[in-house]
Amino acid sequence: MIPLSWYLIFAAALFSIGLYGVLARKNIIAILMSIELMLTAININFIAFWRYSLPGQMAGQVFAVIVFAVSASEVAVGLALVISLFRRVKLIAADEINLLKW
Amino acid sequence: MSLGLFIFLLMVVVTIVAAVAVVTSRNLVNAAMWLMVALFGAAIAFVLLQATYIAVIQVLVYIGAIAVLIVYTIMLTRDPDEKHVPGVNKQWPIAAVLSLVLFLGLAYFYYTLPQTNVLAPTLDGDLNAISQLGALLVSPNAYVLPFELASILLLAALIGSIVVAWRK
Repeated sequence: MIPLSWYLIFAAALFSIGLYGVLARKNIIAILMSIELMLTAININFIAFWRYSLPGQMAGQVFAVIVFAVSASEVAVGLALVISLFRRVKLIAADEINLLKW
Repeated sequence: MSLGLFIFLLMVVVTIVAAVAVVTSRNLVNAAMWLMVALFGAAIAFVLLQATYIAVIQVLVYIGAIAVLIVYTIMLTRDPDEKHVPGVNKQWPIAAVLSLVLFLGLAYFYYTLPQTNVLAPTLDGDLNAISQLGALLVSPNAYVLPFELASILLLAALIGSIVVAWRK
């Protein structure tokens, strides 16, 4: 049998890789993909806690479903912003978009 | 070594390798393909945790919809000279150290905490998880409010992304 901490450590590794991608990548689409990795790690945590603490109650799975809905909206709006930005300035590198930077 | 443990370790190795490839590969299409592999590994984790409905939704929503959307956006916004610019910015060593510190701290925390070193309780034989989840999501005494709010959020995101990406 696999203890709970293995799933949590696996999710922590996935989250840290996603955090590195968000902080280090230049391309906005790559940053969005790293955010997807982080949200997946969060879902693994929710499901692992559901399975190991109260599998008779469905709270963890309901949380995971809500996270799915939020991440789907987030990626749809984010990619629409990327397309709109590319039409206007032909740039999708996050550090070159500095029009609003003071 | 039992079969479940073997599948778990294989899933961990494949998912972590794919996730590292997502954040390091220069070519964005390759990164999107590796993202599909990593998300599929997470779906296998959900199957191992006996959350079958979540695993199906993971494959449908993440791999079926989100990954395809990302691939389309990569093709629509192809930068002609992306091969010549570096894929990471100047602060990448700080980001790597920060991520590594976060991972080591969390791993140490999870490894030493007695509450997380527990084994899974056995599931009830007559536990019908999917019908129970469906009933809870629309029950007024449970999660109907977040469920409806999520549908409003999805509608707002749908209309908002159409408006934002509309060609003027």
